[in-house]
Amino acid sequence: MSSRENILTKIKAIPRENSLLPEIPSFEFPMDHKAAFILSIQANKGEVIAESELKDFIAINRFEKILNLAKGMESLSTQPLPSDAHELNELEVAIIQGQFGVAENGAIWLTDENLGLRALPFITEHLVIVLEEKSLVSNMHEAYQRIGAQHSGFGLFIAGPSKTADIEQSLVIGAHGAKSLKVVLTNL
Amino acid sequence: MPLNKKIALFIPCYVDQFYPNVGIATLELLEKLGCQVSYPMGQTCCGQPMANAGYERDTFGTTKHFLRTFLVYDYIVAPSGSCVLHIKDHAPSIPGMEREQESLRQKIFELTEFLTDVLKVENLKGYFPHKVGFHASCHGHRGLRLGSSSERNEPFYSKGKQLLEQLDGLEWVELTRTDECCGFGGTFAVTEEALSVQMGKDRLEDHLTHGIEILTGGDMSCIMHLEGIAKRNQQPLKFMHIAEILNQAIS
Amino acid sequence: MSHPSKASEFLQDAAKAKWHDETLWFVRDKRDNISKTIPEWEELRELASQIKDNVLANLETYLVEFEKNAKANNIHVHWAKDAEEHNQMVLSILNEHRCKAIVKSKSILTEECHLNPFLEENGVEVVDTDLGERIVQFLNQPPSHIVLPAIHLKKRDISELFHEKLQTEKGNEDPAYLTHAARLHLREKFLGAKVAITGVNFGVAETGEFVVCTNEGNADMGVHLADIHIACMGVEKIIPRRKDLGVFLRLLARSATGQPITNYNSHFRSPAPGKEIHIVLVDNGRTDQLAREKFKNSLKCIRCGACMNTCPIYRRSGGYSYGSVVPGPIGSILSPGLDVKKYSTLPFASTLCGSCTDVCPVKINIHEQLYEWRQEITKAQGTNTKSISMKIANGIFAVPFAYKISGAMMRGALKILPDSITYSGLNTWGKQRDLPETPKETFKDWYKKNRT
Repeated sequence: MSSRENILTKIKAIPRENSLLPEIPSFEFPMDHKAAFILSIQANKGEVIAESELKDFIAINRFEKILNLAKGMESLSTQPLPSDAHELNELEVAIIQGQFGVAENGAIWLTDENLGLRALPFITEHLVIVLEEKSLVSNMHEAYQRIGAQHSGFGLFIAGPSKTADIEQSLVIGAHGAKSLKVVLTNL
Repeated sequence: MPLNKKIALFIPCYVDQFYPNVGIATLELLEKLGCQVSYPMGQTCCGQPMANAGYERDTFGTTKHFLRTFLVYDYIVAPSGSCVLHIKDHAPSIPGMEREQESLRQKIFELTEFLTDVLKVENLKGYFPHKVGFHASCHGHRGLRLGSSSERNEPFYSKGKQLLEQLDGLEWVELTRTDECCGFGGTFAVTEEALSVQMGKDRLEDHLTHGIEILTGGDMSCIMHLEGIAKRNQQPLKFMHIAEILNQAIS
Repeated sequence: MSHPSKASEFLQDAAKAKWHDETLWFVRDKRDNISKTIPEWEELRELASQIKDNVLANLETYLVEFEKNAKANNIHVHWAKDAEEHNQMVLSILNEHRCKAIVKSKSILTEECHLNPFLEENGVEVVDTDLGERIVQFLNQPPSHIVLPAIHLKKRDISELFHEKLQTEKGNEDPAYLTHAARLHLREKFLGAKVAITGVNFGVAETGEFVVCTNEGNADMGVHLADIHIACMGVEKIIPRRKDLGVFLRLLARSATGQPITNYNSHFRSPAPGKEIHIVLVDNGRTDQLAREKFKNSLKCIRCGACMNTCPIYRRSGGYSYGSVVPGPIGSILSPGLDVKKYSTLPFASTLCGSCTDVCPVKINIHEQLYEWRQEITKAQGTNTKSISMKIANGIFAVPFAYKISGAMMRGALKILPDSITYSGLNTWGKQRDLPETPKETFKDWYKKNRT
């Protein structure tokens, strides 16, 4: 008997009472979505900025290796998407378009179509996500409603920069991935 | 107030042996509140120490005896959350007596919950001018739900506080860790002696840094452990069961 | 060594033990605070618990559904009945791709299977990429906590370690500096690895996708740069529907560290062009646990670690005192299922305070299962063995009873216990505690005189 059969047969042989799968209710979210989202991103050690501030951020830091995949930010791009993610190792700023954000925790949904290469938001030194203000949803239940049956090879919620507290519980930003997350909320 | 009801006092074995004053205070308090209380002389241990040590199966005799002793009463009241929890949750099922056991579970009460929920005591007249720290014993607190647990998202309540705050002059002192275990834990107190004592020391520290004069609670087992450590280290704390405070204050 | 002796060893370094306690309490406190900002928190716990109950009741159906959907998405699905088969399977994938170096993100399952030593014996370099895990890997230690692997170490220890391993400045203990050094070191490893191994937080039957949550982004750094992603998943990690993730992702990070969500929550559904994803579904004792009616719902665990942070024992004895892969309260109900003899002291390493049950996001009745394991263990041991029951001989009740009480009533109550338990020569109670004074009369005596 294969291990597959072995495991499945063993499970089937265990008498168990059935237990109903609950429906998930929608829970009210009392706060203003935008205000809550901004607070959440801050709590996750990210930052919500205006488009002009993004330009300042790039200028002040003299970033030269910038890859943009977001709508309306094409002028900021200095390099195209390579075919191999390893070539992104020196990338300073990645700008990508988020599909929607979640007010309760600052999570932003992205899929393959936003990422170009799946490694992009991780390997870049700094990550910028452009997000339409009207895309904000209240909580994770609404988020998955919104995702629905969407089919993508890879989907991801990003809620902040790469962080760790593995040394004496001291929070350090920039463990392996992006050292900062900036979210540009647009209001088109 | 169920004055016509037959109320039995269940005094846990270690209270009977070491803390008779707690038994007396419980009895006098209930009498002052108008209850007719009797103490069934045949009572023994509830079986908890054996069960928690992994020998629940050896407590059939004890459980049966407990059932026979107390079944005829309308209410059974004990100054111990831990023993009451044992009867409700862990006493082994006695074949043929399941119905009686269920009835017993419904009518056995820890003292503070009997006062707040059955007698509905709201207006104690008493004076107790002291700063009091409350040790919420885990079996009463999380087992019998005598107070809101700090882990859960639920409105605050504490049956102990509800009673103590009725006394004039009493200052209820909030602790940093409101409901952490003291480390008694029955046999744990000796099988894990080092941990048990450390946990007790930490609890005492919380009370002492908040300037408490009297540490109280609903379970003498926890208090015995804490008092034992405090005495050994000459720490300036007084220990009283909540029945003693209430009984003393309203006399 | 038993839990009590390791715990007392841990407590020898009083300052460090206090730090450990306070640091984990702080994490629990953050969890308390954030959970109280969610009005529906208790309802979410109940939903999560019900979903997991449903999973356990229909596990075989969901596994088959998951497999079908994952395969349709071009994921390779493997089944392993035990740790050995799991390890062989991983090795054969590596051999097939002539891979001699891998990066790995946090996976308690691979710890449980002892994958690292197995691969190393077979000539594969394994780099754990979670910072805490890399630290303990350098020290040749297992994680001491499932979420905070290096919580037993101080920054001084890590500074010395990194000075030796990563040539950081001697004496520089700044966590940001040390983390940055690890970043540079691990970046090289990420860029060089052909195969990346991850654990799985949730596998979704409905879609065949699986979800991995991290704060560091190390799982993603590994898998997106590698050609092959191997995801090792316990069979109990299945959930029925995508929308169930809404419930679990709301609970997981809040319970674990008091943050609203982990910063990276990756949903893997099919490999990127030219790449491969393998899932290894592992039993390794899980179906045995499922067959134990009283203990099966320990399989609902989502590995948040909240029960460790809240446990007054864990906080003061450290993860290593348990000697099991998963330490703390949840470990103490999982481990005896794997080896009841080896882990016989763990269910007794508790006061049954119930805090673990109240923090558990999937409402596992942990402390009640600890109680039930005690019953099983004493049965398995018999009353004559020199085992835990002998230690109980020093019990609080034993001491006062044996030395202070001569009442017939007490003997009556205790005669059901074996003598070895009731009578003990050691007064463990009194080592650091006074005994209560013996009163002149018992309550019963007083009552006879005053009320009858």
